[in-house]
Amino acid sequence: MAVRVQEADFDIAAELDALGALDPDVGAVVSFTGLVRGSGITAMTLEHYPGMTEKALEAIEAEAMGRWPLQGATIIHRVGELAPGARIVLVAVASRHRGAAFEAAEFLMDYLKTRAPFWKKETAEDGTARWVDARETDTSAADRWANHKNAHSHR
Amino acid sequence: MKVLYFAWLRERIGVGSEDVDPPETVATVGDLVAWLAAREARYAAAFEDISAIKVAVDQEQADFDAPITGVREVALFPPVTGG
Repeated sequence: MAVRVQEADFDIAAELDALGALDPDVGAVVSFTGLVRGSGITAMTLEHYPGMTEKALEAIEAEAMGRWPLQGATIIHRVGELAPGARIVLVAVASRHRGAAFEAAEFLMDYLKTRAPFWKKETAEDGTARWVDARETDTSAADRWANHKNAHSHR
Repeated sequence: MKVLYFAWLRERIGVGSEDVDPPETVATVGDLVAWLAAREARYAAAFEDISAIKVAVDQEQADFDAPITGVREVALFPPVTGG
């Protein structure tokens, strides 16, 4: 299990290689990378709640480890000012089979988006800045996991 | 007790965190918000739409009816938008 909140960029290949090398039983590594959508903006600034952010991410990761038979999981979230196209977030999981890995990766992102204390502020091309509004679709995406029947609970 | 504000709440109030010492009658997060709003116009303006504000008590998600007696840290912020 690994959770990191940092200003620096991350090396996707190195992170995925490390997950794959955790355990000889790992047969699947699934990852999601979030990028700064660049149309109409010149910068994206990520604010967070130091201390609570790490706790929230660790809790989300622990919940995924409990729900799916995972050999490992990595969550890296960047903060500070990011340029269009920059990587914001990496979520990656390792398991024996792809089914659990795909589901767990999606679960981690859905919960991260609704539970981890990060806030995005966009700077537009005319220099004005606005806080990004939370999306109802993110809440409904997270809510569907509450009653999710886990078909991969065998270890 | 430390109170923290994030994103547009921080900007409207003008500080990211402050130490406050509310009277004993201020028992919940909701009471704390009402007490702050009564102090100064900038708080009242920031807390105008309470439905747009989320709460954490000692770095755990909480509600406005959460008790604050003995807690170290209360955070108020808009819905999160990371990822």
